[in-house]
Amino acid sequence: MQEFIQAFWQYSFLQQALIAGLLASIGCGLIGPFVVVKRITFLAGGIAHSVLAGMGAAVYYQFNPLIGALIAAICAALLIGWVRLYWHTREDTTIGALWAVGMAIGIIFIALTPGYTTDLMSFLFGNILLVPRHELLFMAGLDIGILLIVTLFYRQFVAVAFDEEFAQLRGIPVVFFYLLLLVLVAITVVLMIQVVGLILVIALLTLPAVIAGQWTHSLASMMMTATGVGSLLIVIGLGASYAPDLPPGPVIVLFAGALYLLSSVMSQLYYLWQHRRYSK
Amino acid sequence: MTGATLTLPVIHSNQLGFCYGSTVVLDAVDLTVQRGEFIGIVGPNGGGKSTLLKLMLGLLKPTSGHLTVLGQAPRQVRRQVGYVPQYPGFARDFPITVEDVVLMGRLGIGNIWGRYQPADRHAAQQALVEVEAIELAQRPIGTLSGGQTQRVLLARALVSEPEILLLDEPTANIDQRVEGEIFELLAALNSRLTIVVVSHDIAFISHYVNRVACLNQTLICHRTADINGRMIHTLYGGDVRHIAHRWAS
Repeated sequence: MQEFIQAFWQYSFLQQALIAGLLASIGCGLIGPFVVVKRITFLAGGIAHSVLAGMGAAVYYQFNPLIGALIAAICAALLIGWVRLYWHTREDTTIGALWAVGMAIGIIFIALTPGYTTDLMSFLFGNILLVPRHELLFMAGLDIGILLIVTLFYRQFVAVAFDEEFAQLRGIPVVFFYLLLLVLVAITVVLMIQVVGLILVIALLTLPAVIAGQWTHSLASMMMTATGVGSLLIVIGLGASYAPDLPPGPVIVLFAGALYLLSSVMSQLYYLWQHRRYSK
Repeated sequence: MTGATLTLPVIHSNQLGFCYGSTVVLDAVDLTVQRGEFIGIVGPNGGGKSTLLKLMLGLLKPTSGHLTVLGQAPRQVRRQVGYVPQYPGFARDFPITVEDVVLMGRLGIGNIWGRYQPADRHAAQQALVEVEAIELAQRPIGTLSGGQTQRVLLARALVSEPEILLLDEPTANIDQRVEGEIFELLAALNSRLTIVVVSHDIAFISHYVNRVACLNQTLICHRTADINGRMIHTLYGGDVRHIAHRWAS
């Protein structure tokens, strides 16, 4: 860790990596709680993996892979949302199919691209150490967009996440907000691809939020806590991976998993203690 | 309010029918609920009680016949109707306090964006006082007992200041003592609200309601006093088609 702190002041790529990590934690802190409480982790996984189709196409047609990812993520979100809302049979199978087909399209595009071999790994597992400066601006823009939408329509999102039927009875356009939520999930996935890659996105989207949920009693405080936990995990993971020269993404995810385990045990003990207090 | 709107029925259905695919759930239901009534809908499981409530809420569309609520299509007057579901439609581990659950009843009143206003918070407090659950306001929803949860759901329905209250088996999952308390509460609310409550427990609710409507695909309305053994037998144990024929003619 000490080695990392020394190097941090020396190398701007490490500073940029840290900024990228913090920007990603804002996105996953705001949207992760919705994914967790709405129980759409699998759905978010489907969106994350089908993003490869867009990135592959971008590489083949030579435009910015992040733009390709963003377009693919939003298309996948709307498609999966439509399946969930209107095609009632076999939702999980359909999402699984989209998941695999998306990846297949991506891999074929990448295979067709002449001279292309190395970047596939960084799409799949991310590389926080190689985030270019202009992409930090792109990430900050996505964060601001997410923050703005979630702040403006916080009550509606909470209502739709909590009880769709009741939200509908109160005159909230439930379908619109559900699809908007999935689009925000898609944007968050793109935001995190640089940091942990599309395969590990789900861990960073859900684990800080689950950990936060074990200790908070409102979505707003869950969001703030999840952002904090996410930032902490990224800083620790980045620092711990530096000296032994390990890939930062997987190290971050391992720390997240370990913290989740610890937090689950602690919160269960706390719950038992509370329960005794309430039932007295 | 003019005399005409006062005498207009609050809920009116005419030959109302509903099918799920080829399964007939409701058939030729004629029901009129006047302002200020406290009506109980009873009947066997699968008799269409919840479906009738969902039609009144505009969550389902009739496949035949007509249904008006407050003189309009149910969808249009949704916000004037309070609804207490049979099962809480949310996960118990959702991170939310009782007060914030009740506040959701204020959605659709006031601003679209931004936060709840002080008036909304005041209304939520009032509603919690009314259902005698104010001391639960800051508790996480998942820590409540079945009876407490029903009170909170009732407060969520009341906070929007509805004209009609629809309840679907509000006491299905709670013990009889608490059930009595909740019906006492409903009887008190009936002084300002029209109440329709669905139940499978005909003996219990007849102490509280003005009128019982017995529903098994089609409807037979009676005053509480008229409920007798023969009717209960025909409703629950007899040949359903026979009754439908007899009452439809």
